[in-house]
Amino acid sequence: MSELKKVSSNPHVRARLTTGHIMFAVVIALLPTSIYGIYNFGPKAAILILITVLSSVMTELIYEIVMKKKVTISDFSAVVTGLLLALNLPVSVPWWIGVIGGVFAILVVKMLFGGLGQNFMNPALAARCFLLISFTGIMTNFDCDAYTGATPLAILKSGESVNVYNMVLGRCNGTIGETSMAMIVVGAIFLIVLGVIDLRVPGSYIVSFVMFLGLFGGQGFDTHYIAAHLAGGGLMLGAFFMATDYVTRPITVKGQYLYGILLGFLTFVFRVFGPSAEGVSYAIIIGNLLVPLIEKVTRPRAFGKKWGTKK
Amino acid sequence: MARATFKGGVHPYEGKELSKDKPIKDVLPQGDLVYPLSQHIGAPAVPVVQKGDRVLRGQKIAEAGGFVSAPIYASVSGNVKAIEPRRVVTGDMVMSIVIENDGMYEEVVYPESKPLEEMTREEIIECIKEAGVVGMGGAGFPTHVKLSVKNPEKIDYVIANCAECEPYLTSDYRRMIEEPDKLIEGLKVSLALFPNAKGILAVEDNKEDCIALLKEKTINEQRIVVTRLKTKYPQGAERQLIYATTKRKIDSTKLPADVGCVVNNVDSIVAIYNAVINRKPLMERIVTITGEAINHPQNMRVHIGTNYKELIDAAGGFKEEPVKIISGGPMMGFGVFELDLPTTKTASALLCLTKDEVSEMEPSACINCGRCLEACPGNIMPNKLATLAINHKEEEFVANDGMECCECGCCSYVCPAKRHLTQSIKSMRKTILGKRKK
Repeated sequence: MSELKKVSSNPHVRARLTTGHIMFAVVIALLPTSIYGIYNFGPKAAILILITVLSSVMTELIYEIVMKKKVTISDFSAVVTGLLLALNLPVSVPWWIGVIGGVFAILVVKMLFGGLGQNFMNPALAARCFLLISFTGIMTNFDCDAYTGATPLAILKSGESVNVYNMVLGRCNGTIGETSMAMIVVGAIFLIVLGVIDLRVPGSYIVSFVMFLGLFGGQGFDTHYIAAHLAGGGLMLGAFFMATDYVTRPITVKGQYLYGILLGFLTFVFRVFGPSAEGVSYAIIIGNLLVPLIEKVTRPRAFGKKWGTKK
Repeated sequence: MARATFKGGVHPYEGKELSKDKPIKDVLPQGDLVYPLSQHIGAPAVPVVQKGDRVLRGQKIAEAGGFVSAPIYASVSGNVKAIEPRRVVTGDMVMSIVIENDGMYEEVVYPESKPLEEMTREEIIECIKEAGVVGMGGAGFPTHVKLSVKNPEKIDYVIANCAECEPYLTSDYRRMIEEPDKLIEGLKVSLALFPNAKGILAVEDNKEDCIALLKEKTINEQRIVVTRLKTKYPQGAERQLIYATTKRKIDSTKLPADVGCVVNNVDSIVAIYNAVINRKPLMERIVTITGEAINHPQNMRVHIGTNYKELIDAAGGFKEEPVKIISGGPMMGFGVFELDLPTTKTASALLCLTKDEVSEMEPSACINCGRCLEACPGNIMPNKLATLAINHKEEEFVANDGMECCECGCCSYVCPAKRHLTQSIKSMRKTILGKRKK
């Protein structure tokens, strides 16, 4: 043994799981609802998904090449962002909406703040809200070949009744990836089984939303009304795939419950009292802004330490 | 069946099957033996021999340099060749006594032993102190200091740390299987010091045969129980072990004795047995020589001071060139860059790996996934602390309980971004502790 061996600090072994694995699992988990969206809204949905994903990934690639940074597109995080954004778009939007959204999500929300892990808002949702504000007409036009007329939540808001059974299956109008509660839950179960996400945020989000809606929604705990709210709009997609985004949710366990409850409250307020029928996207990005505060007040106490003791 | 455990921890690949069924083999040293004067926590030992002196096996060659210190004994007979700085596993140069082995193993005459019942508490502790017994699990804290608590009657539990939670290590396992009586007798010696204490043999449930054997051997012992621990790293970390077995919690600023506990590792307890019952000083220990690069992974009874190269040779040499060599286990051991190092009192294993998982994977950005928080047995926030450490935010680091880290390595192990969390936190702790000493 002539040459010297490598040394490093402990530990000398590492678990196999990488960031790329996690992001790839999320992509796989989003496939059921993506494929259903394409089936539901036709090939145009597929093209829009492709455009949005490509523009997200290309934005990251070009930015990193221009800025002479390490290229990180192989971690799949830009794919997840692009896919989530596409699933949040109505099928009727023109192709350039996908491009603008992808560029905004990656360039403005993610890369300018320092890249993966540094963004304080969910890039896909921030881009969706940016598009909603900038191109309100286009972004809220749900007319397409498959369906005409409003989304179930808008119908519900106007006081008419909706078919909850169809909403659970996804046979209704909405953005590409939000309509099928069943398909979203299938993907979510996959992620929960893999240990990528847990029920802390989605569970407390959905439960608190139901509680607020039942207590203060004006319709009481009406099963049909509550079921329609759960199956309708972006709640399921938001709760399982966007509120659980590691980067923009609190890291502490207590904080995750608190965050979930906050999202439930905000979604309730926006949906019931707001001008629009939808509120999940705004609820989550406002929740994102409060994450540093939530983490600060819910910091865990070290093993064996009691609160109030110094050092 | 109920298993004692704690919150957090990880399950790395165990690797124990490589050496677990290999009986302990005695290995006689061939070349020079090196005894670093600092192989324990506390003041370095002070040499009592000079270059050229002839020493016998069992002769004291260095005496304790203070209360928190431990003497060192020659494990062979021979001549003192030099007293000079030698490299140790941490990479430091430490003043060491070098003895040229004459191969005769001439031993000193050990003092007459007394029955345990006739010994006073002070006599028992004096025997342990004189024998140079230290915590042999890795920390090397002098055992007599641990046992010299202010109120011995307030100690409720004497815990034998038989967890051996580090992957690959099987030396404690072999000791328990082959010499359970020494362990139990050693525990009884410790119990003799604490009139109100119960003895707990805490074993992880990947060693069911040990649990069964120890239960059978202690069936008539009123004061000793065997506790089954969930197999999880770091089940053998002192504070986690105390919690798992007694549900008592202490932070890093407290000692086990503050909650009525005393914890000793398997090899240390056997050393206590040898010190008090046989009046023999600490001269040997069990070392696991293992890893994918070793021809015949096995457990050896090694004379302290033996060169690591001899241990590798005794294990049949390398099957393939190791990429990384670790003194100790893969989670908390020290990476060593060469093998010309002596076996010390705290060297539990020599692990030769054929791949280096650390340098294979490039660290990337933290995605805030929270796996490090979940794995952290100290319930602190490794991701945040590592960032504070990298930015030298000392005050904030301390305010966020950074000093509570036990450096177990769980956070780095689980991190999907492959960040060197433990390393950053460890260096910051070292800096702060260094400043506090000044």
